[in-house]
Amino acid sequence: MSVDLAVRCQNLQKRYGDVVAVNGLSLEVRRGECFGLLGPNGAGKTTTIEILEGLLAPDGGEVQVLGLTWLSHERELRQRLGIQLQETQFTDKLTVEETLRLFRSFYDRGRSVDELLGLVELDGKRGSWVVKLSGGQKQRLSIACALVGDPDLLFLDEPTTGLDPQSRQQLWGILRRFREDGGTVLLTTHYMDEAETLCDRVAIVDQGRVIAEGTPEELITSLAKPKVVVHEGTLEDVFMSLTGRHLRDDA
Amino acid sequence: MTTPSRNSTSRRGGAHHPLLELTLARLREFIREPEALFWTFLFPIVMSVAMSIAFPSSGSPVVRVGIEPGASADSLRQALAASKDIVVRDVPAADQLRALRNGEVHLIVVPGRPPTYRFDPVRDESRLARLTVDDALKRAAGRAEPWSAHEDLIQIPGSRYVDWLIPGIVALGIMNNGLWSIGFMTVQARLRKLLKRLAASPMRKREFLMAPMLSRLVFLGPEVAVPVLFGALVFGMPVRGSIVNISGVAVAGALAFGSLGLLMGSRVRTFEAISGLMNLTTVPMWVLSGVFFSASNFPDAVQPVIQGLPLTALVDALRGVILEGSTLQGIGSELAILAGWTIVPFFVALRIFRWR
Repeated sequence: MSVDLAVRCQNLQKRYGDVVAVNGLSLEVRRGECFGLLGPNGAGKTTTIEILEGLLAPDGGEVQVLGLTWLSHERELRQRLGIQLQETQFTDKLTVEETLRLFRSFYDRGRSVDELLGLVELDGKRGSWVVKLSGGQKQRLSIACALVGDPDLLFLDEPTTGLDPQSRQQLWGILRRFREDGGTVLLTTHYMDEAETLCDRVAIVDQGRVIAEGTPEELITSLAKPKVVVHEGTLEDVFMSLTGRHLRDDA
Repeated sequence: MTTPSRNSTSRRGGAHHPLLELTLARLREFIREPEALFWTFLFPIVMSVAMSIAFPSSGSPVVRVGIEPGASADSLRQALAASKDIVVRDVPAADQLRALRNGEVHLIVVPGRPPTYRFDPVRDESRLARLTVDDALKRAAGRAEPWSAHEDLIQIPGSRYVDWLIPGIVALGIMNNGLWSIGFMTVQARLRKLLKRLAASPMRKREFLMAPMLSRLVFLGPEVAVPVLFGALVFGMPVRGSIVNISGVAVAGALAFGSLGLLMGSRVRTFEAISGLMNLTTVPMWVLSGVFFSASNFPDAVQPVIQGLPLTALVDALRGVILEGSTLQGIGSELAILAGWTIVPFFVALRIFRWR
């Protein structure tokens, strides 16, 4: 595999009982890019990213991350990846600093706790218990824990869900700085504006497979046909035209 | 990877060794939970005080006798009141069964010539009451004593129920704190998806499982010292073993129950399930392991099982070092049983642990 791919997976399969969560999904993430995995609820985004993170074993297909496989290089990969999961709740009664210090201790290399606190703008909250943080502050702590080992590749699962606009902007800033330092990002989101702002390339996933892939501009030009003259095409139009307008209840 | 230098904390950006950080995290979580502290330290004291009130440690036990009101009840009452070991009250016929059943009285005396003793011979205190009452009544009736023995009343420290009980309470505390605190914190971390997040980091799983056991050892000192000192100072319980030996036994017990706590919490996903599992494990041991009454009351056929239980081993070992001053060699088999309960559950837990 070519060295300039950060993630490469082919024909991934994962089922839970009768439910097929991932059905022959393939994608490639280049080093240094920000790649977005878009899709409605239940499309298989989280299952896919957890397989790539080595947290779930696929039923079939191949995964290479940073040119390595989970079976042969788990420890090395864990040292080099930064991972933020949906819904992690850190220990309520540890402080921000204690939580970061704990995560920092797992890594052989990385930033200092002070540096991280500055990076995610939590200096003022270093001595606060996690339970006292706002949603945005908790999310920044989660990102700081993902950045603690100075990762080559960052996985983010719906990083801005439930955040207010200021917190989202702040988080986007952190990710931009991470990219400027040469980091690679793979994120899932269902905010189209987030994907348009942050991502170099996106893949739209539905029913466990990739149904469209490309830069946001490419997808918009090829798929979003402006319906009225005044309305410019957006990624939102692409998404809706591909995945339909019916509601997806959480699978 | 570089070899750890003397200055190895700087390699970790100001953090300590992961095992130390994980242990510190557990300790902080624990001491910031006031209820947990309360149960750890107050429970053994409350328990010992309650038991010492229920089972007085000095003086002969008092015999409580009920007299059925009737014609010659007065003379009977006078004859019994002469004995300082007997407390008398009137119990009408309709109340007698209830009073006997509840232990309000140990024996009913129905006036008559001769009187009738009504009691259940299965109860030790009722048999004692019968002998005491019989003696007092016959003496009052003018029985001639062939001779009167000299009584040499002594107190053997360590032979009272309270002495025997306190090491059991200490063992019970070590069991409960180990199982419940570790089991619950593990399930909580699983529910909060924190385990999954930790598993996504390069944290060594073995170290994660060792940390709660190590953090238990930090609180073990006060946890054991408080009830033992309380027993020694308030009840004059003899402490014949050295601090080193007592600590050694306590550590062996804490590790065994820490390891079992991990095993209990290794797969469970709800608080209801972990509570059920804990009760299923601890309640039989409360009964079987000889904390409140001797385990030798159970038939020989089940003794091998009872002796193999971790709580039995810990209770016996603690009584050995505290009351008899046993050496560690003297309680080698108990320590071996505790070591087995440490090693096997730990490695099973490590294998079957559910991180999501």
